[in-house]
This record gives sequence, structure tokens and C-alpha cells, in this order.
Amino acid sequence: MRKFLQPGLALLLGLSLGLTITWAAGENPWRVLLLLGKGAFGSKYDVGMTLFYSTPLIFTGLSVAIAFHAGLFNIGAEGQLTIGALTAAAAGIVWSKCPGPFGAILGVLACIVGGGLWGFIPGWLRAKRNSHEVINTIMLNFIAAGVASYITLYVLKNPDSQNPETKSVGAGYLLHIFETFDSAPVSVALLLAVVAAIAFYILIWRTPFGFELRAVGQNESAARMAGIDTARIRILAMTIAGGFAGMVGAAEVLGNAGRFKLNFSPEYGFMGIAVALLGRNSALGILAAALLFGALHKGTAELDLETEHVTRDLSMVLQAVILLCVSAEGLWSWMQRRSLR
Amino acid sequence: MTSELLKATFRVSTPLVFAAMGGMFSERSGVINVALEGMMLIGAFAGAASTFATHSPWIGMLAAAVAGLIFAMLYGLCVIRLRANQIVTGMAINMLAFGLTPFMCKVLYDATGSSPQIPATDRFQIAPVYVAWLLVLACFLWLKYTRKGLWLSFAGEHPEALASAGIRVNRVRWGAVLLSGAFAGAGGATLSIFLSSSFSRNLTAGRGFIALAALIFGKWKPIPTAAACLLFGFAEAAQIRLQGVKLWNDVVIPTQFIQVLPYLLTICVLAGFIGRSRAPKALGTSFEPT
Repeated sequence: MRKFLQPGLALLLGLSLGLTITWAAGENPWRVLLLLGKGAFGSKYDVGMTLFYSTPLIFTGLSVAIAFHAGLFNIGAEGQLTIGALTAAAAGIVWSKCPGPFGAILGVLACIVGGGLWGFIPGWLRAKRNSHEVINTIMLNFIAAGVASYITLYVLKNPDSQNPETKSVGAGYLLHIFETFDSAPVSVALLLAVVAAIAFYILIWRTPFGFELRAVGQNESAARMAGIDTARIRILAMTIAGGFAGMVGAAEVLGNAGRFKLNFSPEYGFMGIAVALLGRNSALGILAAALLFGALHKGTAELDLETEHVTRDLSMVLQAVILLCVSAEGLWSWMQRRSLR
Repeated sequence: MTSELLKATFRVSTPLVFAAMGGMFSERSGVINVALEGMMLIGAFAGAASTFATHSPWIGMLAAAVAGLIFAMLYGLCVIRLRANQIVTGMAINMLAFGLTPFMCKVLYDATGSSPQIPATDRFQIAPVYVAWLLVLACFLWLKYTRKGLWLSFAGEHPEALASAGIRVNRVRWGAVLLSGAFAGAGGATLSIFLSSSFSRNLTAGRGFIALAALIFGKWKPIPTAAACLLFGFAEAAQIRLQGVKLWNDVVIPTQFIQVLPYLLTICVLAGFIGRSRAPKALGTSFEPT
């Protein structure tokens, strides 16, 4: 029961705090809420955009969650998704002739390899050099941004555009886009995300590897005593985390833009932390939380035009407040003590 | 050219010095502070807004410190009082500042994400550089020669020992976190009313994390940390000057390489490839008084 109650309450508390801010800014919070709902689910196109924003969040949520299960903190999903998307774009430009489904498969694999590499580095550093993955992943985010900027501007630059973007990938790399959603770019990547979530569930709960991974996450020294190669588990966990994050490239490069655009991600990597936490690191929870935050992201985009004082930045504020409420564990025991009195 | 570069180095490292000194207090007391970025950002906004209103950069800086302090209160409430995870909470604080500042610009100035320009006469000319280095000196002396400085180190290295000496660990940590917020906030203000002429969306652009990197690079000690800030500031200053400079023919120096250098160096130091940087022992753990 508490499993659902706690995130639910945190969500309610976070939403009402966030809406109070809009009230303080001089808007009618009820109207803001209705606009949010209409913006996210008002038409076929809106639903499509909500799903489009949710897709990367599923990937980054899974990325953060698998690291969590191994007792590691992946703040680096942002860098991993950047490198993953960049690798996919590079593959699509270098072998642009690659036909039909093979190109798309190659592209998705490139995402996984690129992101996985960027996750492997902090995993290896943690396991072999015992340096903390939080700092390393933060640093690697910035390094990824630098690498992406260099490759985009100097190596793969699109000569026909003023925007900082690469040339487009070959036609064989593009994922099928569903037409149900009035030109909203909902592609096969969404299905890939759901498959990734199922794979995540099986890997964590139904395989010996998942058992070892959870053992390392819960008590590292006990796991080592039991003969588990903790270094190997940690390196693998971070590599898989990077692979999940890298698949954001499938949604963006192969399923939407057809090229790598610099700074395409509105901090999907950081939102992934909120998604994983609100979803309690479970596959279903992450799917639900990603849908919720995707809807928030799409819904707030409407507020720029529809209201006078509220901007799309409200999305970040709401997520931050919800994240604060979910993470403050002491809050719940404090509330329980209150109610007993 | 050289003295010009030196001057620029000192100027751009000023916000880093402020934030890194703030981070040092928090981290030495055992509280990780990845929220420096958000505290700087809210400080940058508060500094610009109040300087714009009062025409005094000093009031702006004070307001920025207060804004950072308020965010630090929220952070402390979550991680010390409610024992929330320090990294998650820190990232949430960053997101909050990231979303809240353009939101407030819209409410106050009806502008998308930036504050109005602040006239040059109302801005700092050079003062924050001196303040920053005085702060470094003060932190160094305070940590080394006062009893409270010792408490701070114990709260981060061995909180049980401090508690058994009858000192309240969490009270020490509260003080440290609040100071870190005030310093980071003031550092943010130097970005908006000293190095540039207004607040704009995401003005800090990761400088809170660079400050954190400098702190690790400087092994959590005041003088080496300040030196690391200078080094990272130099990387930034050199990068701006090398933009578009041609080596030969048409080969441009890719400034991205200089840009990522501080982060690469930090990873190397933390991994023990160049010296070894060791964190306070109890860093990141919450303390429960018995």
C-alpha cells in the first residue's frame, strides 16, 4: 500500500505546491491545471507529443534506475544520451547508403554502444580506482557536451544550415513514424522504450545477474563475501545504464530530427532521476512516471501562449518540487508521527 | 597580452572562488553539495534584480547571499532534518533554480528569461575579486586556527567522535550548509553584476559544478582549492581569447578541448592518476543523533 501511497502523496503535494506558485504569480491555479491537461491530452497531436517527450524519459529513467539497483548514482544520463545520439548520427552519416531495416538496427546499436561507453568509464573508475561515480558522471556530462559541440561544428557539420547540427543520416536509418497522431513524431522508438522496460524487469528480477546486481546494491561487502565479483557487476551496471540512456538517440536522431542537433535535450538526463525516483525504480513505475513528466513537459509548453505570467519553465519547477517531496524520506515518518499523536 | 590574460583569469575565477569556498564548508562538514549550481543561479538572479532596483551592487550581492541562504535552508531541511538523499535533493534544488529564475523574470519584468540591463555605473568594477581572495584567507585561518573550524572537520570525518564530545553534529552541519548557500549565492551575483550586465537564463552554465570540481581538485583545502579555481578560470579566459584564432592556414584551435580540460583533470585527480584526492570520510551520510 505504502508503495503507491508515498509517490502518490508526493505527487499531490508537489503539484499543489507548484500550482501555489502560479497563484502567487497572479494566475488562477485551477485554470493552469486545466490548461496543463488540455495541452497534454487535448488532441491527437497533443497526445502524440506527450508520448514523444515520454519516450526519452523512459530510457533515462531506466538508466538511472538500473544504477540505483546496483547502489550507484547515475547523474550522467545526460552525457550518455548525448554521446549515444552523436554515435548514431555519425554511423548514419558515414554509412549513409545502408538500406532499410539494417540501417535502423545499426543506428540503434550505435546509440547503445556510444551511451554504453560513456557509462562504462565511470563504472570502471568506480570499480577499479574507487573514485565516486557522482562526480565522474557530472564531469563526463560536460566532456560529452564539449565532444558533441566539436564533432557537430567541425567534423559532421551540416553545410546548408546556420544551426549547430550535423548532416542528415541516410534514409535507411529513419524509424517508422506512426501516423495516428497527426504528424507528432511518435516513432518505433516508443515501442523500443517499452521493450527496454520489459528487458529491464527481466534482467533485474528474473536473471542471476540481476540478483547479483541487487545484492551488490543492497550490501556490497556481504555480496563480496558471497563470492560475487562486485567490480564486474558495477562496471556492467553502469555500462547498461549508459546503453539505456544512449537509446534516447533512437527517439531523437532516428525517430525525429534525422540528424544530431546540438542541445536537443531539455535535460532529459536529469529528468530521468525524477522519473526513476517517482517510479520507485520499477519498470511499470518508470513507464507511468515518464508518461506523467512527458505530459507535464508538453502541457506547460502551452502556458507560454495561454497565460500571462506562467511560462514553460513551470515544468522544471513542478518536477523539482515533486522530486523534493519524493526524496524526503523523513517527511513520511514525520507525518506518521504527527498522525499518531 | 599576458597581463590582460592574467587579469581576465582573476576576473572569471571570482564566482568559482566564492562557490568553491561555500562548497568547502558544506563538504568538510559531511554534506555533499551538488546544489551549488542552483544556489549560484538563484543568487545571480537575486543580485541582478536587487541591483536593478536599488542601484547598489553591494545591496545586490547581499540579497544574492540571502537568496542562496534561503535555498540552502531548503536544502538543509531536506538533507539534514528529513534525511533525504543528498544527491537527489541537490539535483532537485538545481532544477528548481533553473525553472524558477526565468519564471520570476517573466513575473517581474515580463521578459522571457532575462532581467533588464544594469547600467555600468551600478555594477562592480573590480571589488568582488578582492572580496573573494579575502574570503579565501579568512576561510584558511578559520579552519586552521579556530575551535569551530576543527568541529567542522570532525563533523565530516568522524561525526560520532564530535557527538561524544558533546557537540551537536547536525547543528555544525546546518551552519556549514547555510554558509555554503550564502557564499554560492554571492558568487552567482558576481556573474550577473560583475562579469556580465544582466541576468539571463541559465547564466551559471555549470559553474557550480566547476566549483565543485575545483574543490575536489584542491583536495577540500582552502588554498589549493582557490588555486584550482584560478586554473579553471585560466582555462575559461584562455578559451575565450583563443576563439577563432588560427594556427596555420585555416586550422582553428578547437576551444572545446580547453573547455573540457578542467573536467578531465578532475576525473584524473579523483582516480588517483595525478596525486590523489580523498573525500571527508563521512561525506554523504546523514547523522542521526541518539
